Amino acid sequence: MSQSLGYWGVPLAVLGGILRLSPPFLFVSLGECLTEKSGRINLGQEGTLVMGAMSAYGISYLSGSPWLGVLAAGAVGFILGSIHGWFCSRPRVNDIALGIAMMFLGEGLAFYLGRGLIQPQATQLASVNLGWWSHQPEIVAALKINILLPVGLALAIIMWWAFRYTRWGMVVRLAGESTDASRAMGYSINTIRFLATAVGGFIAAIGGAFLSLYYPGSWNDNISSGQGLMAVALVIFARWNPINCIYAAVIFGGAKAIGPALQAAGYSSYTYLMNAAPYVLTMVIMIITCSRTRAWVGAPAELGASLR
Amino acid sequence: MRISQGQIWLNFPVVNAVRARSSFLLRLAESLTITGAALLASVMVFSIFVAIMKVNPLQALYAMYLGAFGTSFSWQVTLVKASPLLLTGLCTALPMRTGLIVIGGEGAFVLGGLFAAEAAHMVMGAPTIIVWLVMAAAGCLVGGIWIMIPAALRVYRGVNETISTLLMNYIAIAIFNQLVEGLFHDPNSLNNPSTYSIGDNNMIGDIGNSQVHWGLIVGIGICILAWILVHHTTLGFSADLAGGNPKAARLSGIRINRVILWFAFLGGACAGLAGMIQVAAVQERANDGLNVGYGYAGILVAFMARQDPLAIIPVAVLLGGVHAGKILLATQLGLPNSAALVFQGLLFLFILGAETLYGRFSIFQPRVRT
Repeated sequence: MSQSLGYWGVPLAVLGGILRLSPPFLFVSLGECLTEKSGRINLGQEGTLVMGAMSAYGISYLSGSPWLGVLAAGAVGFILGSIHGWFCSRPRVNDIALGIAMMFLGEGLAFYLGRGLIQPQATQLASVNLGWWSHQPEIVAALKINILLPVGLALAIIMWWAFRYTRWGMVVRLAGESTDASRAMGYSINTIRFLATAVGGFIAAIGGAFLSLYYPGSWNDNISSGQGLMAVALVIFARWNPINCIYAAVIFGGAKAIGPALQAAGYSSYTYLMNAAPYVLTMVIMIITCSRTRAWVGAPAELGASLR
Repeated sequence: MRISQGQIWLNFPVVNAVRARSSFLLRLAESLTITGAALLASVMVFSIFVAIMKVNPLQALYAMYLGAFGTSFSWQVTLVKASPLLLTGLCTALPMRTGLIVIGGEGAFVLGGLFAAEAAHMVMGAPTIIVWLVMAAAGCLVGGIWIMIPAALRVYRGVNETISTLLMNYIAIAIFNQLVEGLFHDPNSLNNPSTYSIGDNNMIGDIGNSQVHWGLIVGIGICILAWILVHHTTLGFSADLAGGNPKAARLSGIRINRVILWFAFLGGACAGLAGMIQVAAVQERANDGLNVGYGYAGILVAFMARQDPLAIIPVAVLLGGVHAGKILLATQLGLPNSAALVFQGLLFLFILGAETLYGRFSIFQPRVRT
């Protein structure tokens, strides 16, 4: 029963990789999706993710409760989002450039405050074992999932529903589609976008908590490797639809998992290029979906102004 | 609309010139004041941050000043750090004149350095000046094409250049690592994978007795050339027009796509040249030491200089000072390098936020005669 899996090990490792690597992509893209729906773009999610990872790890280590860590990460993300939201609500401030500043600031703060956290081991989030039916250790290992994964899936569905059927969702979408219409309805564009950026930061930072409290499950300076940066690309790929964010996260998680999986199977040349696969994939997607003559399908109209 | 006498009076060329000069001074005063205020604000917030970390902020700031501008040695360190920033700053500043926010300087920088090192290896044995020219050509070409790709995607496909250049930085670093450990690898560099050395005799020397290499002068020279290009040539004027009002530019017969591509190429070439100089004057070979964020810092330089190539020179020196100052911050006060990253982030945040203050203060506005 416990003979080697042979070549089946590669797709299994990819599947396991997707289950472990996708959730951060999912959370960060859902957060970015909310922000972009309101007509603003937050390129600083990388900083939010790293700060979230650091604060979740730190609080979990200090308090012993990983869930408190997740909450702390969300709160920090909310604050970072608020800073971005406040600055961008001033006239003539470029949200894309400011996002890069927030990325530097978030990373700097996280690396600085997280210096003491590289050594200690924080309490990790519990995981659910879906591979209980199998005797193959590889299968058991691959099918472990974290509780945050179903939380993220539920959040995606809730967000999809909320954008469609609730007043708040409509207001956010309206702000993204037409500034004038929002004003005419008596809503403050700045308030809506501020809140959307702040809550988007909250959601994105939970992805960071997943990184440090589940997989890879430690804190170091290279924990995120640009996943927050890719949030913008994921949302473009998902066509600003929260449900599609799930598929986008799976594909990006898979692209990230395929390199190590092949390496484990003994195919180890071109490691670096393999690791760049998600970035190349994003570029290709952007080139295919963009056009000079027509607007992006599904893109919030006000976002188009800052994106082109 | 009624034309008042004042407006006719203003059409006299001499008066126009005087007005233009005074408004230039006013604009200079405005940007100096606002940039200074943003600088002050970031220093204050950084002080608070440092104080919370139980380090005396005055001590920290003094250490930073001392490490950056305190002694002639620290000035030299600052200038060496500033040298690549002059050129990577142009990589963002030049395309921005045409309305493109390019943040791919890091990618162009590392690839420029890598291919320059490899080019030097190929013409090994040639006279030094030939080696330099070949290296510079390789660096400029690779860097220029690297930034021209996203510009072309933007122009012909509508792909947002900020996001694509950001992604291309990661792709560039992957290509860099792959080539350094693969095709271009020097088998003798086991611990720290590198390309072949460009040769001791091909290194760019230092100015006089200092430790500042001649690349600094090259960088300053190119900034001045870029200033002339931007402010005193037809191409530069077309770029400003294309960036300010693409429709008007197109109507007046400017082929804006071509202008945008040219400026992107020139910007990328500057970053590639910066990589080449870093290899030829500091590193001697291309390896991981190239990949330390000069490209990203260049974005900050360009924004602080408000896309003016001459203003890049003092700003690059200032930011070089921040990078030099962090060494003393680490050795004297035990603050790690990430503290300087925090400072840089704050600086960036406030400089960009201060953009909103332009035009708000009436004392800086040129008086319009009626």
